[in-house]
Amino acid sequence: MSKYVIIGNSAAAIGCVEGIRQVDQKGEITLIASEPHHTYSRPLISYLLYGKTDEQKMKYRPNDFYKKNKVIKRLGETVTEIDKKEKTVTLKNGEKIPYEKLLVATGSNPFVPHMEGLESVKNRFSFMTLDDAKALDKALKKDTRALVVGAGLIGLKCVEGILDKVATVNVVDLADRILPSILDETGSGLVKKFLESKGVEFHLRDSVERFEKNKAVLKSKKTIEFDVVVIAVGVRPNISLVSDIGGKCRRAIITNNKCETSIKDIYAAGDCTESADCATGDMKVMALLPNAYMQGETAGINMAGGTKLYENAIPMNAIGFFGYHMITAGDYIGQTYETLEGENYKKLFYKDNRLMGYIMIGDVMRAGIYTSLIKNKTDLATIDFELIKEKPQLMAFSKKKRSEFLAK
Amino acid sequence: MKRIYVNEKWCLGCHLCEYYCAFANSGKDSMVKALKNVTINPRIRIEERGGISFAVSCRHCEEPLCTKSCITGALTVNDGVIQIDKDKCVGCYTCILTCPYGAIVPSETGAIQKCELCMNNSAGKPACVAGCPNKAIVFEEKE
Ligand SMILES: Cc1cc2nc3c(=O)[nH]c(=O)nc-3n(C[C@H](O)[C@H](O)[C@H](O)COP(=O)(O)OP(=O)(O)OC[C@H]3O[C@@H](n4cnc5c(N)ncnc54)[C@H](O)[C@@H]3O)c2cc1C
Ligand code: SF4
Repeated sequence: MSKYVIIGNSAAAIGCVEGIRQVDQKGEITLIASEPHHTYSRPLISYLLYGKTDEQKMKYRPNDFYKKNKVIKRLGETVTEIDKKEKTVTLKNGEKIPYEKLLVATGSNPFVPHMEGLESVKNRFSFMTLDDAKALDKALKKDTRALVVGAGLIGLKCVEGILDKVATVNVVDLADRILPSILDETGSGLVKKFLESKGVEFHLRDSVERFEKNKAVLKSKKTIEFDVVVIAVGVRPNISLVSDIGGKCRRAIITNNKCETSIKDIYAAGDCTESADCATGDMKVMALLPNAYMQGETAGINMAGGTKLYENAIPMNAIGFFGYHMITAGDYIGQTYETLEGENYKKLFYKDNRLMGYIMIGDVMRAGIYTSLIKNKTDLATIDFELIKEKPQLMAFSKKKRSEFLAK
Repeated sequence: MKRIYVNEKWCLGCHLCEYYCAFANSGKDSMVKALKNVTINPRIRIEERGGISFAVSCRHCEEPLCTKSCITGALTVNDGVIQIDKDKCVGCYTCILTCPYGAIVPSETGAIQKCELCMNNSAGKPACVAGCPNKAIVFEEKE
């Protein structure tokens, strides 16, 4: 019987394998995932279309990963049910697999809202998986007119991936600005202008009222003709395996700082979970790869009998389009400090002598120094805040701190 | 593990470490060819202000946030040394977002670059340490 069962095969699941193996070299691990592929980096699907990586290079871990970590893999299989009393998971084919400790790392699925006439569109896609990306790629030709619904991280990464392969790209979003989850108005404006200069056309504060085969009629009554549509309006955490058996969930599965769910011996990690934002204490879905990996690793260590707490998470993001980079982190509350020089924009948010969040666009050098101020809740009175406002630098810390950083 | 330690008291602010770093990682066999008329992009950087200066490079953390955060698996820890597979790296800068020392920088190719303790270049041991005229940078085992 497998001591450990992991549902999922992405960042959180891999983190869990590596966490377990830090503590327990022997206990049998079974890893089950719907996707049939060797573990791959999900964010790289846009880079694949863009031609910046290939299927071999986008593998998240080397070819011998499962063998080296003694993982029994069941790829291409879907778990339909967890039995918390019998401690088994059931696969689609009815097979039951027993567990002592279980990790649910099921990630999320694209959310496709009801849109009139969408069924009549032949070439419609989501942009979440390697298979999505490959299917989309096949449908693209030099003269393709692409329509992307959603100007968030996933929609715009898709735009970057396909822009050079098609004739036109139109983007529609309900929001009044692009990347609203990570950028303020000024930042969104800069990135929008940049993407427009590359040929992307935006239709903001607008939405698709209905599809008529190859035509989208927008609420504004504008019409857009297209050959291919990508729906990227949002994602839904895959929580049903846990919510079906009474595990506590809100938008996502609620986990504590050991990455346990409310059900004994069931852990959860990654995009399917809510965890505490260490800077504010609020429970949030912080759907990004670093958090998924570190939650998974924490879960794995705890599942194997070690002790590790996951208590350093904040919302954060690094993303770029055609070489124009932006890094953001934390919460956008409190007083602000802002600089704008050409395409370089920076905004810091601080409150009660703490850095709460920041946005850096263009020049993102050494952004991690700001990130650590947020995570460590550094008292800004103990550093030279005026200096560090200018740019992230260790010089702003006390001599003692600097020596801790560099000489110890 | 042997690590690089910096003692700001001894740093002259001469920037020689930056030049030795750039040379060691240039793949060129002469310092002139490697450095003349080029703007160097070293993996160790001097911070200086008001008479204080010190060098900053990767600390090869035991809990490396960059490596755990890397979205591609391009950063790995090998015998304690955090290494970058530049072929795999897509330049998303998630590691720059997470490194608390600001020790990871973009390279000319779009991939990132970082100190690998000169394990992967012709120097074979940290060139900045060898080049520092005042022993402000040392390579030693502590505890
Ligand atoms: C286009 C795109 C770009 C992105 N860019 C970035 C970026 O630049 N930086 C960043 O940090 N993050 C990015 N993300 C987010 C990042 O991909 C996720 O945060 C990360 O993949 C989460 O990992 P996970 O392990 O929680 O889940 P997922 O990667 O979602 O994986 C879940 C796995 O569970 C499996 N599964 C689900 N249900 C079942 C079931 N019932 N039975 C069996 N298996 C099941 C699925 O097949 C899948 O393999 C991006 C995402 C997308 C789509
Ligand atoms: S920039 Fe390269 S090394 Fe850094 S996180 Fe992204 S892929 Fe990994």
